Amino acid sequence: MMPSRFFLYLTLVVLFQGMYSLKGQESYEEKLNGVDHSISMVFIEGGSFIMGSPKTQQGHFGDEGPQHEVTVSPFWMSTVEITWDLYSLFVSREWDQYQVVKSVDSEVSVDVDAVSGATTPYVEMSFGMGTDNYPAICMTQLAAVKFCEWLSAMTGHFYRLPTEAEWEYAARAGSSSAYSFGDDINVLGEYAWFEGNSNEKYQKVGTKKPNAWGLYDMHGNVAEWTLDQYVPSAYSKRKKGIENPQEVGDKVYPKVVRGGSWMDAPSRLRSAARRPSSKNWKKRDPQIPKSKWWHTDAPFVGFRIVRPKQIPSEEDQKKYWNYK
Amino acid sequence: MTKKKNINRNEGESRRSFVQKTALATSAILTMPLGVESMANVQGDKKLKLALVGCGGRGSGATVQALTADENVELVAMADAFGDRIERSLKGIQEHFDGEKKIKVKEKNRFVGFDAYKKAIDLADVVILTTPPGFRPYHFEYAINNDKHVFMEKPVATDPVGIRKVLEMAKIAKSKKLNVVVGLQRHYQSKYIDLKQRVDAGAIGKIRSGQVYWNDAGVWVKKRKPGQSELEYQMRNWYYFNWLCGDHILEQHIHNIDVANWFVGEYPESAQGMGGRQVRNGLDHGEIFDHHFVEFTYPSGAVISSQCRHIPGTMSRVDEVFQGTKGSLEIGKGEITDLEGATQYKYPKKWGEDANPYQVEHDKLFASIRSGGVIADAENGAKSTLSAILGRMATYTGKKITFEEALNSQLHLMPETLTWDSTPPTLPDENGLYPIPTPGKTKFI
Repeated sequence: MMPSRFFLYLTLVVLFQGMYSLKGQESYEEKLNGVDHSISMVFIEGGSFIMGSPKTQQGHFGDEGPQHEVTVSPFWMSTVEITWDLYSLFVSREWDQYQVVKSVDSEVSVDVDAVSGATTPYVEMSFGMGTDNYPAICMTQLAAVKFCEWLSAMTGHFYRLPTEAEWEYAARAGSSSAYSFGDDINVLGEYAWFEGNSNEKYQKVGTKKPNAWGLYDMHGNVAEWTLDQYVPSAYSKRKKGIENPQEVGDKVYPKVVRGGSWMDAPSRLRSAARRPSSKNWKKRDPQIPKSKWWHTDAPFVGFRIVRPKQIPSEEDQKKYWNYK
Repeated sequence: MTKKKNINRNEGESRRSFVQKTALATSAILTMPLGVESMANVQGDKKLKLALVGCGGRGSGATVQALTADENVELVAMADAFGDRIERSLKGIQEHFDGEKKIKVKEKNRFVGFDAYKKAIDLADVVILTTPPGFRPYHFEYAINNDKHVFMEKPVATDPVGIRKVLEMAKIAKSKKLNVVVGLQRHYQSKYIDLKQRVDAGAIGKIRSGQVYWNDAGVWVKKRKPGQSELEYQMRNWYYFNWLCGDHILEQHIHNIDVANWFVGEYPESAQGMGGRQVRNGLDHGEIFDHHFVEFTYPSGAVISSQCRHIPGTMSRVDEVFQGTKGSLEIGKGEITDLEGATQYKYPKKWGEDANPYQVEHDKLFASIRSGGVIADAENGAKSTLSAILGRMATYTGKKITFEEALNSQLHLMPETLTWDSTPPTLPDENGLYPIPTPGKTKFI
């Protein structure tokens, strides 16, 4: 797999060198003006991998097959899940004055004032599980998408949610086993927070072992939003070697979350496991209309962000940020 | 005094036995329909007409729950101070049912203005009262005087004048056998009911102390818009004005203070505390504090620390915790421990497995109306509201104040009558800032 990924990378470099300013393939810290926080972004070389799981895998569910080869273009991914420290800056919008001045290096033209903001929730959305360096939870996919747009406006770098394919590619980190470290669930606790060790709450991000590509908590802690509409039969329609697949859809539900959470049994944490979002995640929202921004009943869902190496056109950027 | 402050334990009892009665009544209906007619105040299966007074997000949500609770309920009237809120609410309710139920409210039955509530209530059998809390006593009074069953949100008043009104009407509602459910929905949440039964059965002994919390980042703010009158601005941004909202110790933290009252089994005898506005002190933040810390002392000697804070970036927690002579209870965790800290009981249901209490409160309300039961939440609603007002009085004045003093206080925040030409009870100075209470200077009234 390595050689093909490398070959693809070379091809991309050759293809796009003239059209895009390449930032190199180094990992970097996205330092945020005016606050203490930074986001650690690891570079993920593009490549091919086998998406999905075999029927023989313990816990395999029908929507994980058939297995198929997928090629993914290079991107950076945040090494940890987005934390409340950062997410609450988006909710409060009290940090907007620190937006970077747009320059020739800006990958985006969006102005922060134009980004719609999540409402302040009436109920306390961390449910007492902690906020300092803990993953943000309970946001809708729309809210996670708008966070990406907001962060892009703030930093000048194009950020978005990962596609399902990118997510699984990164979670596998070159592996083809159930988990990035192998198949032995007795090892899971070294890498992940799940039902068996989480003490009924999420935990600080990045406190377990990372996978081979330096990504923490891909298995467990909080399940993570992807861009894709959940289509159970999606894999059966894909051509071999499909590039950058994404199930685009207008429906608010179901979208796909990946990775399993602190509330889940091990099988839900597998690299291939897919979970559809549901209207029920707003069951106890006492307001009508129910919030577009918060899932009162999804304390197990968070997200992480990616920055593709190849920067999409302004029009395509907007599609990733949920503009119709 | 103790007698007055004792929570009527029978209320909980009757609610439980009511469920059994409902089941019995239902089977009675099936077997001998004529028997039902002879029961007092029974609505049988006739169509129940519903009116919504106060068409915000919560009122619209409560309406959806009422329409879901019972097949044969029709929303016939809506009232709000603002026409745009009625239209948004109706659209939200219609979209929720997405054609499953026809929601039609005749245009002539959508009433706008300060007296709109009367016209809407007149048309209904059951009313939902979900305006900002300052109005509640007067809307409740009108509903009960006109023999309506009521769902009303907490808190049920913002000042003692309003509390006394609600207490008076609570008695009348009971004597008229009208059902009144108050949106202190923890009373309708199985986890709380289960843990309360265990505490009553002695699982942690006698409660000696406790901590109750509503600490988070705060709620919405509505900025002033050009062309708005001062009254309209305050009505739109009502959370930040005491005559309408009562401060967040009342509007939100009442839930946790109410749980303390419920679990201790008494209302507080006195309170003292501190508070202020450290962070949330801008032009759109009206006159309320952003933090309160109150020590409530109960007739039995139990002391409950109550903290509520609306400050982003600080520790978040909404919970209730109690220590008794034999052990402790953490409601968030659903865990009872002994004096050594060993787990004695863990509430078995996982996150989200409990029935939605916002729905349960309406299920019970309508089942009770149908079967001729009487749910009487108003008295506890008023006394728990007063407990929170007592806490606010303590933090605003910096004095120790008793429940009796608060109950008899002449503080009157809510104007008797309002029109769009009225001057609101609080006004900004030349810099746009409102008078803020100062402990040690603000007088107890």
